[in-house]
Amino acid sequence: MKALRNYLNKIKPNFEEGGKLAMFRSVFEGFESFMYVPNATSKSGVHIHDSIDSKRTMTVVIIALLPALLFGMYNVGYQHYLAIGSQPGFWMTFVFGLLAVLPQIIVSYVVGLGIEFTVAQWKKEEIQEGFLVSGILIPMIVPVDTPLWMIAVATAFAVIFAKEVFGGTGYNIFNVALVTRAFLFFAYPAAMSGDKVFVRTGTTFGMGNGSIVDGFSGATPLGQIAVAAKDHFQGIVDTLGHPLSSMDLFVGLIPGSIGETSKIAILIGAIILLITGIASWRTMISVFVGGAAMSCIFNLIGTTVSMQTGVLDQLLLGGFCFGAVFMATDPVTSARTEKGKFIYGLLVGAFAIIIRVLNPGYPEGMMLAILLMNVFAPLIDYYVVESNINKRLSRAKINK
Amino acid sequence: MANVIKIKKGLDINLKGKAPEEPLTSGKSASYAIIPDSYCGILPKVVVKVGDKVKAGTALMIDKNRPEIKFGSPVSGEVTAVNRGEKRKVLSIVVQPDSQIEYEDFGKKSVSSLNGEEVKAAILEAGIWPFIKQRPYDIVASPSIQPRDIFVPGFYSAPLAPDFDFIVKGQEQDFQTGLDALVKLTAGKVYLGKKVGSALKATGVEIVEFEGPHPAGNVGVQINNIKPVNKGEVVWTINPDDVIIIGRLFNKGITDLTRLVAITGSEMNTRGYVKALYGCTIDSLVAGRLHEGGEHVRLISGNVLTGTKVTKEDYMHGYDNQITAIPEGDDYNEFFGWAVPGFGKYSVSHSYLTWLCGKNKEYDIDARIKGGKRAMIMSNEYDKVFPMDILPEYLLKAIIAFDIDKMENLGIYEVAPEDFALCEFVDTSKIELQKIVRNGLDQLRKEMD
Repeated sequence: MKALRNYLNKIKPNFEEGGKLAMFRSVFEGFESFMYVPNATSKSGVHIHDSIDSKRTMTVVIIALLPALLFGMYNVGYQHYLAIGSQPGFWMTFVFGLLAVLPQIIVSYVVGLGIEFTVAQWKKEEIQEGFLVSGILIPMIVPVDTPLWMIAVATAFAVIFAKEVFGGTGYNIFNVALVTRAFLFFAYPAAMSGDKVFVRTGTTFGMGNGSIVDGFSGATPLGQIAVAAKDHFQGIVDTLGHPLSSMDLFVGLIPGSIGETSKIAILIGAIILLITGIASWRTMISVFVGGAAMSCIFNLIGTTVSMQTGVLDQLLLGGFCFGAVFMATDPVTSARTEKGKFIYGLLVGAFAIIIRVLNPGYPEGMMLAILLMNVFAPLIDYYVVESNINKRLSRAKINK
Repeated sequence: MANVIKIKKGLDINLKGKAPEEPLTSGKSASYAIIPDSYCGILPKVVVKVGDKVKAGTALMIDKNRPEIKFGSPVSGEVTAVNRGEKRKVLSIVVQPDSQIEYEDFGKKSVSSLNGEEVKAAILEAGIWPFIKQRPYDIVASPSIQPRDIFVPGFYSAPLAPDFDFIVKGQEQDFQTGLDALVKLTAGKVYLGKKVGSALKATGVEIVEFEGPHPAGNVGVQINNIKPVNKGEVVWTINPDDVIIIGRLFNKGITDLTRLVAITGSEMNTRGYVKALYGCTIDSLVAGRLHEGGEHVRLISGNVLTGTKVTKEDYMHGYDNQITAIPEGDDYNEFFGWAVPGFGKYSVSHSYLTWLCGKNKEYDIDARIKGGKRAMIMSNEYDKVFPMDILPEYLLKAIIAFDIDKMENLGIYEVAPEDFALCEFVDTSKIELQKIVRNGLDQLRKEMD
């Protein structure tokens, strides 16, 4: 440890202003503070600081995402081997998924961090950690068969136009990962929806060779509900036509985007986020309340299959839970006031179900609901702040 | 029965190095000084020359814009230096003390026989007026303005802060006289915010009890919870220690700036309370009390949240009654700090596992910032430690943008930098919030004048 510290101290002058490698200063600084907590002490202001910093915050979010990611990898393999009708055992299944998902994670990180590093150096700022979370979220919310180049293009678009042009981490209006997803959805709709993309039927690096079994359909449960005719619908089924219960939706061995399927893994993530206090329980709970309330209303109308879907199933289907736990709670793009978070969450939940049920073109509503509410979050906050202002004004009047 | 106000938001940082209620012997201070920078809202004009003989209570400087505000010398002796910095800004006025303090005689007075103007004149004359501050702006109060009310916080709640109940022992009479004097200065009320269960006694004033974590003892929090400041109103605030000093003036007829100073912090060998004159050298307070070989020690005049960084050669700052020594931490390299479980690392969030250690664990926190400065990312962090009916994040943003209407609407007149100290402590983005507020208040005052 000591040798490394000494080595870093030795090469540090090269990266200072005027040094040979000054053009990589942000990168050096980033790696240095990655390895060692900066030991700069306060000059003015408070003399002691809380141990938390944005690196720690992002680390906790990534840890919270890991269960869903690991399960997602296993599920990719599981769905594949289900489709070709073989059972290679746990580790083979997992490795298949790992190899399928890893390139996407690498592409998303390399593209996103590359842009972040460049911008940080250009603006002579420290490298900001925000993309560490976005970069892992992106592969988790796309279908497994999304081509890598599309992920690269979409990530670049999102990082530049949804984040850097606004000033970087902390200033963005839209959730970066969701902008990536939305870009993919609107730019390459064919690759983003339908029955073919959510289960990898081909091979991964030569692994998992086999032909698809008869009766296979890659349709996700949400997709099935969206296209079902009211009189003939028998209930949602897995890729081989076996019926799925709510418990199956909860466990998550179903087709869907990589990170969203297992509600158990998402629940573990949610618990980590709530115990550490990184995510707001206000937002999280109100998203579920909003979604449940809206589902109840649709149940009462009940003219289509998706309106008839029960409250529990609605919340367990698709990306609702994932969005509620990991996307809606993004502190930068959600409402920032305490009261605002309740309103924001309720509306995210309600809109997600509305879009899901009433929009025939796209079976999932969570992405668009959160992006929509990202736009309205400042407005919600505006009214909360306004009420505080009015209270102060009326207090002044009474006293006069 | 006094009414009790419960403060729910806030944070008691359980630091190592509390001062036991024991008197320590005071060291000899080679010189005494007034530091103009520790008073906000004044423009110092030095009224003595090097070589002048002064008594305790003789004015060393005045406020150029409000010449009736005088700053009395803490000791008798000879003025040895007027230190100036850039643009001839006065940094300090130094007095070499006599062996025996001679006091300027202002005459014993019975407060009950005086009217408000006479009380005010007496305090101004004795050079102790600057201890009275005003909101808005958190500056030395203007004698010409009638305050709506006067607020006296009856306890200190900051980390390692001295216990006023202990300080006041034996000085109860001066404290009461001081309060009586304050009552004459306002047509409104004098509020004393005391800690729930405290034995502090006072008559003639409105007593409100407070319960809860820091910043319950901050006068700004107490004002906001008792009777908030509205636009156009002025209230005065004064620390209880300084109420005693005002009391002494009337009871003894002299400017006696003796304070009981708490010696605190994990880097101190011996801790306790020292009788010291305001303006003494830091060395006279800490000499022989610091750990051996303590090179990486941070000395603070005041508490860890709002105090000033000082060296042994510096002087005790204006309103302070506490010296804190904590590890500097600049010699400490922490490997992969963001990834470790972090038992023993203090954090309000539960992102380090320290919270499993329970509430009674004492922490030794050093002066490292422990992270890079970022934009405001996390939300509701500030609200959790800000027990006022104000939205701190939005007020801060209004100050940064210097949007005067917004600042007024969001409550700038009710706050002082110290109210944001805890926000600054918990801030993930490591922004210097107190500085932002101080600059905002100063700029706003310039605009309004």
